[in-house]
Amino acid sequence: MTIKQLSIFIENKSGTLIKVLNMLSKAGIQIIASTLADTKDYGIYRVLCDNPAQAYMLLKEGGINVQLSDVIALSIDDTPGCAAKAIDKISASGVNILYLYSFLWKGKGVLVFRTDDNTKANETIMINKMDFLTEMDFK
Amino acid sequence: MDDKSPYFHPEYETLSREEIQKLQLERLQATVKHCMNSPFYKKRFEECGLKPEDIKTLDDLRKIPFTTKKDLRDTYPFGMASVPLRQCVRLHSSSGTTGNPTVILHTQKDLDEWANQVARNLWMVGLRPDDVFQNSSGYGMFTGGLGFQYGAEKLGMLTVPAAAGNSLRQIKFIKDFGTTAIHAIPSYVTRLYEVMQEQGIDPRRDTKLKVLAIGAEPHSEEQRKRIEDMMGVKAYNSFGMSEMCGPGVGFECKEQNGMHFWEDYYIVEIVDPETLEPVPDGEIGELVLTTLSREAMPLLRYRTRDLTRVLGRTCPCGRNHVRIDRMRGRSDDMIVLRGVNIFPIQIEKILMQFPELAANYLITLTTDQDNDNMTVEVELEELFTDDYQRLLQLEKEIKRRLKDEILLTPHVKLVPKGSLPVSEGKAVRVVDKRKVYQ
Repeated sequence: MTIKQLSIFIENKSGTLIKVLNMLSKAGIQIIASTLADTKDYGIYRVLCDNPAQAYMLLKEGGINVQLSDVIALSIDDTPGCAAKAIDKISASGVNILYLYSFLWKGKGVLVFRTDDNTKANETIMINKMDFLTEMDFK
Repeated sequence: MDDKSPYFHPEYETLSREEIQKLQLERLQATVKHCMNSPFYKKRFEECGLKPEDIKTLDDLRKIPFTTKKDLRDTYPFGMASVPLRQCVRLHSSSGTTGNPTVILHTQKDLDEWANQVARNLWMVGLRPDDVFQNSSGYGMFTGGLGFQYGAEKLGMLTVPAAAGNSLRQIKFIKDFGTTAIHAIPSYVTRLYEVMQEQGIDPRRDTKLKVLAIGAEPHSEEQRKRIEDMMGVKAYNSFGMSEMCGPGVGFECKEQNGMHFWEDYYIVEIVDPETLEPVPDGEIGELVLTTLSREAMPLLRYRTRDLTRVLGRTCPCGRNHVRIDRMRGRSDDMIVLRGVNIFPIQIEKILMQFPELAANYLITLTTDQDNDNMTVEVELEELFTDDYQRLLQLEKEIKRRLKDEILLTPHVKLVPKGSLPVSEGKAVRVVDKRKVYQ
């Protein structure tokens, strides 16, 4: 139940982000959510899109340093306290979250995160009957 | 010529040390005599009161003053010639970034002898007339083009003057013509491999390649190994310089333990670049070469500025021509940073140990608030993680290993693949932006 996220190595230099965005745009790739932190010399631009496999091939052929990473996307109600409840269950199982970002999707909140133990995280999600998104949801 | 013979010129390649020295003395005496036809050498010998007859032993070579690149510039364009221009058939010239360019003249015999040396080298690493040789090296004034062209033809190979650049066309030639050997600068071989990968071509499976000749660009043993692993064939180091003729002067045999410098064509000295005194075998010094067969422009004790050392004077391959280590840098490209002497090749050697890194790197020297600093930018081969911390750890580890090697800690910056400048000629490895103190 993990989904594929693009992780793209980006130099902190003008023109590097637009180069990647233009490549995705030309191929008609729809970006669902993305995040880039304010690190020093370079960063990792993380992107959820409607066709990660195609986007990955495209960027790789274009000479971009890119990786497909497995992340979890939990669907939660867009009301106060729902994120806390969800994360509480994950951390209670002893799984560490390496990074997390969130966005709104069709009226629901989405928590995207990578863990240090996806198998365990998935078990926790199944046991607690938590709602998650698959790649099909973004097609 | 018998294809099974390991030697192209058995009569010269298998000479004993004594025979080599005897031949060298004869040829040195003839060369010095011939040099008196050159206005430059005639004047220089008169100035130091030296006569050709004074050269009675090989050790007498040390009575002769060194020749430098400055001498070549000062006598631009034809002041070094030892024959009338009418007898010259070729001119090569280096770029004149700091003043006059240097001019090297060749007679027809010089060209023939040059081709002989290159043919001898290529034969030595197993190439035969059935092979297809693709020369992916710059033509024109750069001697790597015509030098290998004539040598490969002399050996009898089908020779493709592909020249540098246009990687897609190069790869098409390699496949369509059944190329078995390529000559190129190391960074261009890396580039070819990258393009092959993009095209889904596996050099082991899809080509007939068996030999690479690499040279003209300093590279470490690690870089050679990486090239061999990529292409699945042996890569042999080549030494040449236009002042001597071009490529051909020295080449590795199958032992890959130093380049044989052809002592029937050159006298090799290694001297301390400061004192100009000879250094013992095994110690690094400046390579000094004397030509023994050139007609148009013989050079006596030419200071190459290349730093290297003698590895040995015998070899299991049966050739007793001196084995010279790969170039360790130039006596004039040494970086002196905060009192520490650093050769870019040392940094390259460390970077090549990291499989996460690509071959391209750039060293920048800057002065920040009166402190001199070094920044090493290096391209990431693959994004192997999506964890920022892992990238920081990698930087830290590179820094640590660099510090062990060069004794100071540079800034290290990972950059995306393809973001550093790649030139078709020699790669620019060092940019010095430091304040110059008067």
